[in-house]
Amino acid sequence: MVNRNCRATLRLVTLINRQGHPHPPLSSSPSGHISHSYIILPFSIAFVFLTVLCFYSGTGIDACWKQLQRNNVHGEHKIVSFFSPLASSLKTRQWGVNIQSRCYGSASVLVQRNPKFSKLNDEDVRYFEGILGAKNVIQDDEKLITANTDWMRKYKGSSKLLLQPRTTDQVSEILKYCNFRCLAVVPQGGNTGLVGGSVPVFDEVVVSLSAMSKIISFDKVSGILVCEAGCILENIISFLDNEGFIMPLDLGAKGSCQIGGNVSTNAGGLRLLRYGSLHGNVLGIEAVLADGTVLDMLKTLRKDNTGYDLKHLFIGSEGSLGIVTKKLLQEARRKLGEILSAFEFLDSNAMNLVLNHLEGARNPLPTSLHNFYVLIETTGSDESSDKQKLEAFLLGSMENELISDGALAQDINQASSFWLLREGIPEALMRAGAVYKYDLSIPVEKMYNLVEEMRSRLGNDANVVGYGHLGDGNLHLNVSTPQYDDKILSQIEPFVYEWTSKHHGSISAEHGLGLMKANKIFYSKSPETVKVMTSIKKLLDPNHILNPYKVLPCSSIS
Amino acid sequence: MKIMVAIKRVIDYAVKIRVKPDKSGVVTQNVKMSMNPFCEIALEEALRIRESGLASEVVAVTMGPSQCLDTLRTGLAMGADRGIHVDSTSALHPLHVAKILRNLVQIEKPSLIILGKQAIDDDCNQTGQMVAGLLNWPQGTFASKVSPSSNHPGFKNQAFAPTMWWGFPKDKSNMSQIGKKEYTHGTMKSLIGVVLDKEKEEVTVDREVDDGIETVQLKLPAVITTDLRLNQPRYATLPNIMKAKSKPIKKFTPQELNVEIKSDLEIVEVTEPPKRKAGVMVSSVDELIEKLKNEAKVI
Repeated sequence: MVNRNCRATLRLVTLINRQGHPHPPLSSSPSGHISHSYIILPFSIAFVFLTVLCFYSGTGIDACWKQLQRNNVHGEHKIVSFFSPLASSLKTRQWGVNIQSRCYGSASVLVQRNPKFSKLNDEDVRYFEGILGAKNVIQDDEKLITANTDWMRKYKGSSKLLLQPRTTDQVSEILKYCNFRCLAVVPQGGNTGLVGGSVPVFDEVVVSLSAMSKIISFDKVSGILVCEAGCILENIISFLDNEGFIMPLDLGAKGSCQIGGNVSTNAGGLRLLRYGSLHGNVLGIEAVLADGTVLDMLKTLRKDNTGYDLKHLFIGSEGSLGIVTKKLLQEARRKLGEILSAFEFLDSNAMNLVLNHLEGARNPLPTSLHNFYVLIETTGSDESSDKQKLEAFLLGSMENELISDGALAQDINQASSFWLLREGIPEALMRAGAVYKYDLSIPVEKMYNLVEEMRSRLGNDANVVGYGHLGDGNLHLNVSTPQYDDKILSQIEPFVYEWTSKHHGSISAEHGLGLMKANKIFYSKSPETVKVMTSIKKLLDPNHILNPYKVLPCSSIS
Repeated sequence: MKIMVAIKRVIDYAVKIRVKPDKSGVVTQNVKMSMNPFCEIALEEALRIRESGLASEVVAVTMGPSQCLDTLRTGLAMGADRGIHVDSTSALHPLHVAKILRNLVQIEKPSLIILGKQAIDDDCNQTGQMVAGLLNWPQGTFASKVSPSSNHPGFKNQAFAPTMWWGFPKDKSNMSQIGKKEYTHGTMKSLIGVVLDKEKEEVTVDREVDDGIETVQLKLPAVITTDLRLNQPRYATLPNIMKAKSKPIKKFTPQELNVEIKSDLEIVEVTEPPKRKAGVMVSSVDELIEKLKNEAKVI
């Protein structure tokens, strides 16, 4: 398959070079004919890149091919590099000749403006002025030149209109109108891209997100930042520096690039080695689809396993799936953060369960009963310095009366026995009888309130146990009863889901939806998001044979 | 009454040991080191004796390079009152350790020395006995305790249940009965351990030996080495870790103690034990006999 792509592209190259009639090169070595320089790209990446492009703008490329067939290069055209996965069908259509040739990285082709896109007229401009106000509708030539040219000054468009919306609703209105009028749109951020993805090719309307540059909120406890797409990266970095946090993304272009563009292109940058890519660091996105639908996937939660994770489609889609208007990012803490590898908590009920039901479980702090226990683990390359850091942190916390007592494991055996206390809780619960298990992502400050409310609701009927990954804001709420009882279940559900939804939590932080929560996804995801999920499901599994009745609500699937 | 506890810094028990390629020893670089488990048990026993009021001070002694101070600090964090560090970078064999301890005893004058029965890196099981020999003190080695049966009330999940100090010393007949019995789980109704009788200046030790439990009574001063089931060492809690930072550690060198570290032993080679081979399935009794005769050569 890949080889056939090569052949097709080589054919195109020779097509461009010859002025007269195009005919297929019959000799094998292509190097003699070609004068363009090539960029050798790894094939697998290139292929994927193109598949995505083709999927979403398939008609455009099809049309391009047809133009070339006629060898009609009138009008505006641009030299654009891309590959074609349609080559296999194209081969039989066009040439019908088998050519052996070596594969090169990329080729340049002429692109023709797709005639199905309407041309801008005054009525459109007036409509936009109506939505945004005249100030944000720019037709001034100088400003348009900057918006039309990329940073390397390699690609230049000829757009006549630059729009600067200030709110997500305005973006939604713009896109709704453009979709209706079939006006092509280019979302633009800092315009620092190096592959010509941020500038118009012909006369597309440029929607610049630069005016949406507010940092909406920053939670110092969880290190979660919510900001609009137009925030310049350097501003975000200096804001976080003041708070004592590190941004997981850093690039040379930070002075002008905007975070919306970074996320849309899944920018790598300098700190990826340590913090991982934006796929891991972006917790939520608000995006506007081509038809103006606003997809609110903004969840200020570290963990959320409800339904398909659509935000990953947008990260790296380069503005071809939707315009990203807001995002959530995770920041790294400076104090103990770099060696911290686990931060778990359990309450006194959980501790008692483990001590009573598990053999070999030892209470590390037997002298007094505490309400909560926290287990901290650090991992690093230098044991003595890590130990010092941890001790300093713990002793400091004791002095500040943040913790009342603690025990430090001195060797690996003691460490395993500490972990047994936390990891053994599910097993201890199983031995204690029946268990109703819930896995919820809740803002850290409010996490234990749910446990206390459940306790007051259920009274003496059940033992309500709370434990979980405190560092991630993930509560494992378990209700232990001697037997399964519908009466108790009705007391728990749907109260648990409603409570979580009310506090903007996720009804499934890590366990997933499965069968248990299949019809409950609406507690955590908006109807529009679920609609997109069901359309993806229909696309990939039209007969719904894969794992039916689970994950997505039955009502939307049928 | 002062108790001296000797602790050793060894490779952590849970670490997988690897032999150095040149077979001169075991890889110790970048390997987790911690206190010898038997030494932890010894220290725990000393702390319990002190907590029951029968001793006034617990002194922890360690010997080796400066990294041993970490282990000493752990000992202080567990509750020892003072630390002594004998600084030496050369390898210390049990006889050297015993001689150093003897000379330290002349300075510190403890009434009881408690050590772990052996170190997990050399498995010598010699130091305690040698110290007793050099000092001419009585010794109670392999001090052990019977674990209570799981349905015994009152002992569930307590990190340290205090050993029964008061009931036992008077009732000697019971003890001799125990000495005659076979070592079995669950028949003992109470915890037995190292029992101190202050007025009589005696200590009673139940020793775990191959054919059961032997009870011995030692006149103080004495040497005791601890076996695995004696107690469960406590965790180092944060308040104690804080206090440990200010506890004094005295430093000595072997020269100051008039002990010459002259090695009479030379380690020629260290190799891994041969890997266990998979078993051989035989198809008949005749084949089994034939293999036992010819291959294993046992009949």
